[in-house]
Amino acid sequence: MSTNSEVKTEKLTAKDFASDQDVRWCPGCGDYSILAQVQRTLPDLIKKDKEKVVWISGIGCSSRFPYYMNTYGFHSIHGRATAIATGVKIAKPELDVWVATGDGDLLSIGGNHFIHSCRKNIDIKIILFNNRIYGLTKGQYSPTSEKGKITKTSPFGSIDYPFNPVSVAIGADATFVARSIDRRPKHLQEMIKRAGEHKGIAFLEIYQNCNIFNDGAFSILTEKDTRDDHVLVLEHGKPMIFGKNHDKGIKLDGEKPMIVDLSKGQYSKDDLLVHDEFSDSPVLAIILAHMTDHPDFPTPIGVFRQVKKETYDQGVDRQIRDVTKMRGEGDLEKTLFSGNTWEVN
Amino acid sequence: MTEVKEKPVKTVSDVTVRFAGDSGDGMQLTGSQFSDTTAWVGNDLNTLPDYPAEIRAPAGTLYGVSGFQLHFSSNDVHTPGDVPDVLVAMNPAALKKNLPELKPNGTIIVNTDSFDKKNLKLAHYDSNPLEDGSVDGFHVYKVPITTLTTNALEGTSLSPKEVNRSKNFFALGMMYWLYNRPLDKTEEWVKLKFKNKPQLIDANIKALKAGYNFGEITEIFTTRYNVEPAKLPKGTYRNISGNEALSLGFLTASVKSGLKLFLGSYPITPASDILQFISIYKNFGAKTFQAEDEIAGISSSIGASFAGQLALTTTSGPGLALKSEAIGLAVMTELPLVIVNVQRGGPSTGLPTKTEQSDLLQAMYGRNGEAPVVVLAARTPRDCFYMAIEASRIALKYMTPVILLTDGYIANGSEPWRIPHADQIPEIPVKFRTEKEGFFPYSRDENLARPWAIPGTPGLEHRIGGLEKEDITGNVSYDPENHDKMIHIRAQKIKNVENDIPLLDVEGDDEGDLLVLGWGGTYGTLKDAVVRARDNGYKVSQAHLRYINPLPKNTEEVLGKFKKILIPEINMGQLAVIIRNRFLIDVKQFNKVRGLPFKISDVYGKITEIIGGNNVN
Repeated sequence: MSTNSEVKTEKLTAKDFASDQDVRWCPGCGDYSILAQVQRTLPDLIKKDKEKVVWISGIGCSSRFPYYMNTYGFHSIHGRATAIATGVKIAKPELDVWVATGDGDLLSIGGNHFIHSCRKNIDIKIILFNNRIYGLTKGQYSPTSEKGKITKTSPFGSIDYPFNPVSVAIGADATFVARSIDRRPKHLQEMIKRAGEHKGIAFLEIYQNCNIFNDGAFSILTEKDTRDDHVLVLEHGKPMIFGKNHDKGIKLDGEKPMIVDLSKGQYSKDDLLVHDEFSDSPVLAIILAHMTDHPDFPTPIGVFRQVKKETYDQGVDRQIRDVTKMRGEGDLEKTLFSGNTWEVN
Repeated sequence: MTEVKEKPVKTVSDVTVRFAGDSGDGMQLTGSQFSDTTAWVGNDLNTLPDYPAEIRAPAGTLYGVSGFQLHFSSNDVHTPGDVPDVLVAMNPAALKKNLPELKPNGTIIVNTDSFDKKNLKLAHYDSNPLEDGSVDGFHVYKVPITTLTTNALEGTSLSPKEVNRSKNFFALGMMYWLYNRPLDKTEEWVKLKFKNKPQLIDANIKALKAGYNFGEITEIFTTRYNVEPAKLPKGTYRNISGNEALSLGFLTASVKSGLKLFLGSYPITPASDILQFISIYKNFGAKTFQAEDEIAGISSSIGASFAGQLALTTTSGPGLALKSEAIGLAVMTELPLVIVNVQRGGPSTGLPTKTEQSDLLQAMYGRNGEAPVVVLAARTPRDCFYMAIEASRIALKYMTPVILLTDGYIANGSEPWRIPHADQIPEIPVKFRTEKEGFFPYSRDENLARPWAIPGTPGLEHRIGGLEKEDITGNVSYDPENHDKMIHIRAQKIKNVENDIPLLDVEGDDEGDLLVLGWGGTYGTLKDAVVRARDNGYKVSQAHLRYINPLPKNTEEVLGKFKKILIPEINMGQLAVIIRNRFLIDVKQFNKVRGLPFKISDVYGKITEIIGGNNVN
């Protein structure tokens, strides 16, 4: 059954977050890793009130996620997870509200809800499983599929330009934007933790391999021989260095990033761009976001940006408090009898 | 100077006035002020605002004409009146558009200043209708309202444009004099409305008084009229529109259920008022979320319902279409949710500011799969209050979405409402599941409602969703027999509501030649038409449905006692489809879909046509 009958008093473990339902993703799917890292990380975030965790999803392979979590869960309709999560959070701000979603669910049918939840700084955590394909409908191109991709609905190559989800989130003023990869469990755990700790909207894009319909989409970023030359791990306050031999760096030339070779003596670490997650300006984060998928640049992972702002539910509660202070607790009788009234005797 | 002689006052029982002018002339304001004062002096009344979808259509054009009709009386009033007795026309376009509907021998008060070449042309008049015989047979009062307002406001610091904007207060003042109403209520309103712009308070009150005094001293008005207060039941009253009544109803349901109100909504005509009203109720803890679209409106409400609030979403026809899939989700997850559809003219964008009853079948069936919901319909502006409470009660008790239908006419129209005392309204019992022992998300109580276990409750962690649920456990199930069973359970749960709602009431004799069966906002018109027919000896009765799914248990029995059934609807016969299908009986239809309420005379005409031969007189 899909209920839990145990309430633990000691520290929670990954097991406490696993439901009794059989996980039904394809063997080898990247979703398994994401589920495992979430279950491992949640005990660090949730000390004891497991009942305050809610997972909400839309439709797609990733959206089965709530069934496998032993928390409150809502597997809803295509694209609407963010909007439903918004209602849950505003209604009950003490809950920890998480959204599990995919590239089609969040960025195509649910695109509108996504940008507005970013803009409004709704305090929910959006975990995007980006496999750049429609998996549950068996292999059509998605809004993050690369241009030219051959799929069942683009037999001659997709003519769409893809969304860059991190860029969309930064553009919509999300207060926490990060990226990780299913095949980097430690990094992924760290990013889940950071997202969970953030007060405000947290957007975490996870590159996730669909081994059935889009196998190897991210192999250049995950395979041992290529990954170090193609992934830039962002760390706050640290110069941007990558490469197998830690010999390549990112330097800014005006507004444009350039790759410099640190091994030749011309450039040193001091010439490199230093990451600042907490900058008030989104410019650096946008520059980094646009290095994604650029043939000449490494793909950044890590926290692109984290800033503080009043959250939507805080704003709602503040107004309720202020108005109540100003007008006093609502009195139904008085309200019914307000306005222009007159007596008939 | 000649002494002003007190003019004779003539008492009349029943008056219908229509204010008409440019959509920027403030006719809605003038009409609602006249209504509030009229209600306050004790008349019964009913109003019909009628305005274009354009906010400020080009001045002087026919399509930019905005109207406000008001029917007031010393007797009971159920409709805004078929034809106006008095037309206040602020420009030629207003005259042209409304003259055909004015009562023969009716009264016209015109602003002659606006009858210049340009405005006549804009109204497509080849010659001045005030001089070419077009208004012969009417009592025409020609008043240079713009000039008189300008004179009255001479010396104020207002710009000519602002002065011009005050002319509706002059017209209002004049009408107050003509119908013997006090200025106090409007003066109070002006002082509050413009409290940060003292020069506008001064100007508008000056214009109002100038209009009143003009009535007193001018020689063109020889008589003023008096309408005695109506004999209404004892109590405290306020004048209320359907949208405001509805908002107060949900607030009341929130207080009575002990649940905070959550409204997720997207602005849409003619439902936006509800979002506006409820956003004021913050000191009751009500939360409003103006969503990015209609779908987010209902989805956020479904989220709030899952989290244990009294959740509501409000919309009009096109928005209901957008919400369809999410309503299905609320059916599947069996969460309490009220969906309000303030119907307007359709299809598509249709006639956004006009009224219609054409979403009944959408409310009943407009979803994929077998997705039954409770469908209710309010019948008058004040009934919106009670139906909002009723919709909330049913949603909470049966863990189900409820669609509550109103329409543009009762939403914007207003009438006096005898305010009920808060302590006389029954509590709405709500119980959240907290008991761990034996908890299953899809087990059921005696009403077939499943338990409401909200996030934050220790030990009751569970998952719900749009996939078919296994009976009792709520696990995802593709089992054929289980699906069939769940389809039947969901249908039976809605049917069970019939045991919990009032029987269908017949107004008039329980049997006869004809029953006029209606639903929704046509109630007042049908009532007047049926009463007129009965007064003329016809054996006609009326029944009006407020509960459409499920229908009251005695519906078939009620219908069976009449030789014929007539179902008048502002659509092509949607209730008729339901009644025929359900009871396999013949019903006559009367359908006129003009974006306006029926006229009593039209319905009366249809009644006499159907049973003409049975007139005992």
